[in-house]
Amino acid sequence: MVHPTSSDTVPTHPIRPAPRLSMRTRSALWVWGFLAIPVLFYCVIRFYPTFNAFWLSLTDWDLMSEAEFIGFENYRRMFADPDFWQTFRNTFEYLVFGTPISLLIAFVVAYYLDRVRFAHNFLRALYFMPYITTAAAMAWVWRWFYQPPPTGLINSALGEMGFGQIEFLGSTSNALPAIMVTAIWAGLGFQIIIFMAGLRAIPDTYYEAARIDGLGEWTILRKITLPLLKPTTVFLVVFISIAFLRIFDQVYNMTTNDPGGPLGTTEPLVLMIYQTAFSSYDMGYAAAQTVVLFTILLVVSLLQLWILRDRA
Amino acid sequence: MQKRILMAGISAAACISAASAASAVEIEYWQYIYDTRVDAMDQLIESFEEANPDITVKQVTFPYADYQTRIVAANMARKGPDVMQLFYGWADKFIAGKLIQPLPEDTFPAAEIEEEFFPIVSAMKRDGQYYGLPTAVRSLALFYNKDLFEEAGLDGPPETLDELVEYGKKLTVKNDAGNFETVGLTLDMAGQDHQWWREVLVRQMGGVPYNDDYTEVTYDDEAGIAALEYYTDLGKKHGIGEPGFMDEGQAAFRAGRAAMTIDGTFRLGSFNSIEDFEWGVAELPANDEGVQSNYASYFANAIGSSAEGEELEAAVKFLDYISSPEAMQVWLEVVGELPARRAAAETEENMSDPIYGPFLAALPYAHTTLFVDEAAQRQTAIDMANRVFLQDQPVADAVAEAAEEEQAIIDDARD
Repeated sequence: MVHPTSSDTVPTHPIRPAPRLSMRTRSALWVWGFLAIPVLFYCVIRFYPTFNAFWLSLTDWDLMSEAEFIGFENYRRMFADPDFWQTFRNTFEYLVFGTPISLLIAFVVAYYLDRVRFAHNFLRALYFMPYITTAAAMAWVWRWFYQPPPTGLINSALGEMGFGQIEFLGSTSNALPAIMVTAIWAGLGFQIIIFMAGLRAIPDTYYEAARIDGLGEWTILRKITLPLLKPTTVFLVVFISIAFLRIFDQVYNMTTNDPGGPLGTTEPLVLMIYQTAFSSYDMGYAAAQTVVLFTILLVVSLLQLWILRDRA
Repeated sequence: MQKRILMAGISAAACISAASAASAVEIEYWQYIYDTRVDAMDQLIESFEEANPDITVKQVTFPYADYQTRIVAANMARKGPDVMQLFYGWADKFIAGKLIQPLPEDTFPAAEIEEEFFPIVSAMKRDGQYYGLPTAVRSLALFYNKDLFEEAGLDGPPETLDELVEYGKKLTVKNDAGNFETVGLTLDMAGQDHQWWREVLVRQMGGVPYNDDYTEVTYDDEAGIAALEYYTDLGKKHGIGEPGFMDEGQAAFRAGRAAMTIDGTFRLGSFNSIEDFEWGVAELPANDEGVQSNYASYFANAIGSSAEGEELEAAVKFLDYISSPEAMQVWLEVVGELPARRAAAETEENMSDPIYGPFLAALPYAHTTLFVDEAAQRQTAIDMANRVFLQDQPVADAVAEAAEEEQAIIDDARD
């Protein structure tokens, strides 16, 4: 098809050459061509609503009527609301206890699992299983475990052994830890895998050299393993913290009768936002709560990156 | 009514002749997904379309959790339904948000509605205009496990509040460790107990829970305190039940671990599949002076604000049909909910029905709380009881705190 079939179709003017683009520009165009879709997606689906939430938080929008600008009224109302401070405290309780406990258990399991050769893959799969299970399904199973007798497995077992009963979800002091335990358990699988990848990435030569120099296991752990695991640890701390700050599934599913109860002692910020928005349809107020959550997430993440930064 | 039927006939005839020339109208009907309700509506649509060949009704359904949001979102996009089902408690919000329009007075005269329907329909009335009508209504009753009653040597359900306590004690079974094997009565504020407390117990103790238009909480008085005391004493003093036993009251009753539970008509479908024991239904216990009360609620059908012209005309016709005695009979048979018209409900057959009878008997004296935010108001009652059960807060303080919280919710919604 290189030759025209008829001389009529031969253009009389020379074909204008395509504008000359350097290789670099062309590859940049390609890259952006492909990136355009996710970038557009993020701008429209993620960033635009995020910025919109800031605006909404200054209005009294209730989904039905037009949004009206009311200044900082939503924030005033929020900071004066004891329920908000209760959820604020709850959220930080999940964060402050959940993150270090998760991290510690995940590391210990990964550290020892790394050395186990017997049924290694099977064990790893076992630990990973909860992570891929639907949170709602898990929460309901735990909810039943925690029931008072005759339904609750744990309390029935305690009763069999002649111990007294423990109120889990029905108690204002035990409910939050009881829910947190399930959230820690559910997240462990992922954290263990990441830790193990980090451990594998440390070159064996370091360990060999240390052993030749006669260092003990404890010193090796402290001086070699932990410092070299730092990038992994930083990633996980940020990751786990964000997960605990956004905790919702477990709490919501384990307390559907009295969401966030009893007496609001298990309610995290996200659940409060959900109820304000989709039960009371108070979108402006919910947006203000979201802005607060956003700020906390941002500050906590930046703070952690700063504290755990490389001081090299 | 006859005049109306005649008018409907004439207009129907006019429509049929017009229909041959004009195109058919399609209207949309929205409700949430619940198998028997969807089935019943399919049947009603079929017979309606047979009688009105020029109108097609398209039923659109959503999961209950999304239902309200869908209506609101669709309305914002001007794609709302022509006829929709809504909980009576959403009426204020839906009217303020211009989601629904008043029913035309010529087809639905207020005086006629009030004469023919149970008085609770007035919860759909604002400024003299009705915004919707129910096909079916729900009320509460005492469900009791006949097998457990027989074992305890009781031959009928309790009729008064004192009997409720007395029977409850006889029916409660604890094991050696002191844990409940069977509770006499379920205590589940998150279930229907908050309605029982609010509209029944408070009134039976001589109070009223709210003022007439439900803008003011009025249970923070001796009656309210006595009502909460009676309720929390069931657990704390008499030990005939405990909150959270088997997670939910209805679950405990289903499992045969609760001798009595207070629940609504909507539970019949679920309890009908119980095979392990015989159960019965009784009217809620009266107080010493014989004062009875009940809480009734319903989903009403309303016309969407976007319906106009021939769609509005078709919507009115359809709404008229699904509020007819014929439709109510279908609803009772398929869904098991009580007819909203007195004549259709209070037939001899229905009244003597051992299951429907007690629910129906309660409708004339039932009250319908005008909630502004049912979930939030329910939460105040749950927290009130929990403060007494879990934190030993004095009952009077718990009631006062709940009244203050609930008043704030009402005030917030009204400004």
